[in-house]
Amino acid sequence: MNADITGYWQANIRLVSILLVIWFVVSYGFGIILADPLNAIKIGGVGLGFWFAQQGSIYTFVVLVFFYAWRMNSLDREFNVQED
Amino acid sequence: MDLSTLTYIVVGITFLLYIGIAIWARAGSTGEFYVAGKGVNPIANGMATAADWMSAASFISMAGLIAFNGYGASVFLMGWTGGYVLLAMLLAPYLRKFGKFTVPEFIGDRFYSKTARLVAVICLILASVTYVIGQMKGIGVAFSRFLETSYEMGLVIGMGIVFIYAVLGGMKGITYTQIAQYCVLIFAYTIPAVFISMNLTGDWLPQLGLIGMMADGSGMTMMEKLDTVVQDLGFNQYSTQVMGSKLNMFVYTLSLMIGTAGLPHVIIRFFTVPKVKDARSSAGWALLFIAILYTTAPAVASMARLNLMETIQIGPVGEQTGNLEYAQAPTWFKNWEKTGLLKYEDKNGDGRIQYYNDKNPDMVAKAEAFGWKGNEMVKVDRDIMVLANPEISGLPNWVIAIVVAGGLAAALSTAAGLLLAIASAVSHDVIKGMINPNISEKNELMASRLSMVGAIALAGYLGFNPPGFAAGTVAIAFGLAASSIFPVLMMGIFAKRINSQGAIAGMIAGISITLLYVFQHKGIFFIPGTTFLGDMGPNWFFGISPNAFGAIGALVNFAVAIWVSKITPETPQHIQQLVEDIRVPKGAGTSTGH
Repeated sequence: MNADITGYWQANIRLVSILLVIWFVVSYGFGIILADPLNAIKIGGVGLGFWFAQQGSIYTFVVLVFFYAWRMNSLDREFNVQED
Repeated sequence: MDLSTLTYIVVGITFLLYIGIAIWARAGSTGEFYVAGKGVNPIANGMATAADWMSAASFISMAGLIAFNGYGASVFLMGWTGGYVLLAMLLAPYLRKFGKFTVPEFIGDRFYSKTARLVAVICLILASVTYVIGQMKGIGVAFSRFLETSYEMGLVIGMGIVFIYAVLGGMKGITYTQIAQYCVLIFAYTIPAVFISMNLTGDWLPQLGLIGMMADGSGMTMMEKLDTVVQDLGFNQYSTQVMGSKLNMFVYTLSLMIGTAGLPHVIIRFFTVPKVKDARSSAGWALLFIAILYTTAPAVASMARLNLMETIQIGPVGEQTGNLEYAQAPTWFKNWEKTGLLKYEDKNGDGRIQYYNDKNPDMVAKAEAFGWKGNEMVKVDRDIMVLANPEISGLPNWVIAIVVAGGLAAALSTAAGLLLAIASAVSHDVIKGMINPNISEKNELMASRLSMVGAIALAGYLGFNPPGFAAGTVAIAFGLAASSIFPVLMMGIFAKRINSQGAIAGMIAGISITLLYVFQHKGIFFIPGTTFLGDMGPNWFFGISPNAFGAIGALVNFAVAIWVSKITPETPQHIQQLVEDIRVPKGAGTSTGH
């Protein structure tokens, strides 16, 4: 494995780790573990914990996947490993 | 025009559309049959994936599950969407780079072992067959309820339609019909949702209605109102009731997420796009198209529940006139009684309907003082929440007809995707991969069509004779996929040192412990009376329900695979090279397998 590809793989792992931390926090964190305290804060007519569990986490997931696709495509070009 | 004629016309038009697409998108090669020639646009694939993914359960049953479980049902919403994050970041682009036709083929090549491939085929078939039974039942039920045919007749018509486009077009035919089916089902789901939200809250967007104010001038938010109404009748507070425990919810969500990412019929959809970067964006589009339904469902659920409660409890709890007189019940109420989905029994003989929670001791004490003799809505099927929605909102008959077509589209599209996953595992992994490697392209295409015929026949048989355990099996299919397929795929890409012994031991250990846990609480092979621990909360491991156990099975799979790989010989050099090659997009090309 040459240095460039090692760098590409490390950058990829770093990106995925950060995104999966967010994935975990919005669903398991805000939606389940911290739902009760968060419900004290209201977003419109519902508690924030409830909202994350039934709405917010899903919106975040969509953004995460598109962000990942966009960021990986630019990493491909940066490390010159994109498809021909 | 009466409802039944209209429903025939709308369903007939959608079926003609599917058949037309089938004739247009015939498969001419194995590449087209297995992966649609790898030429599907990523947005189109996203739409097809969404239809592939959203089954009769998502379309018809999920809103009802949420309506009666409130916050606790969030596990389904997060679990069935969050899996796409895992799929997009950990599997899809790499499996697309690998560029073959099936999931077991990747496992066989990466772990340089026909045994690994065979174990993967068995896990795939177990998970997919349990899943397809539910779809076939959904098709039969939808027909018998709305088109007044027998259940069997409905099943045969459904099988016939799938037969035409799946056998003729393989993945290519399925892809383009799924796109059409997505359009039908999302239209059918959102139209009644918009109307119910407008009626109740004045917000046309259901996602805003969910957090909005009531339009009745009461000054309450929709959720406050719902919480008050259900609690007044002794039910759990909607916005806080948990499913089992917080720990059970955590593990259940994790099982559904890992299971989603490990379901072969979803994974193979990402083999159909031209490039690695298309696989990445396609996962985003798929999730976006799914999210449209999944963020609407909680709004439909809460509003339909509120409508149902308020239809029956028309005034203050405890006052005689607070309860609806049965003679005054709306037409939709009477219509759904005929189907058996709603059932009313006048226990105290006052001619009015009392609908409350008679399992709640405080409520029972109050009810006795009111002269109530038990909950009189003896059956409220959860499916009613979606099916009766258009009538409750007073929408015209054509909307009801479209909801029927939407339910059928959801069931047919998922059934076809599952059948393709099963058929390609049989023809490509077993027949070509193990029995006759020198089979010609033409004969393999013939074999794949015959496998599809076989898979449809098997699914049809199971639809006619649903095994006793069929009701709760979809959740178990997720457990099986989570505990067997997802972990080895992920380790195959991210951990070079996992060798064939580790992968095989991991898959077997993961799926075995999951099945064992399910069997010990639900009976060996679901035979009643053979449970040795009983299907009861107190005996569950840390209160984890059997349906939620897949995540534990997946952890066991990971642990066993890592440990066995440590004490057995290192992965060969050429396999390490293969893994490095999968990790970079360069050089993917559009080539097919072999």
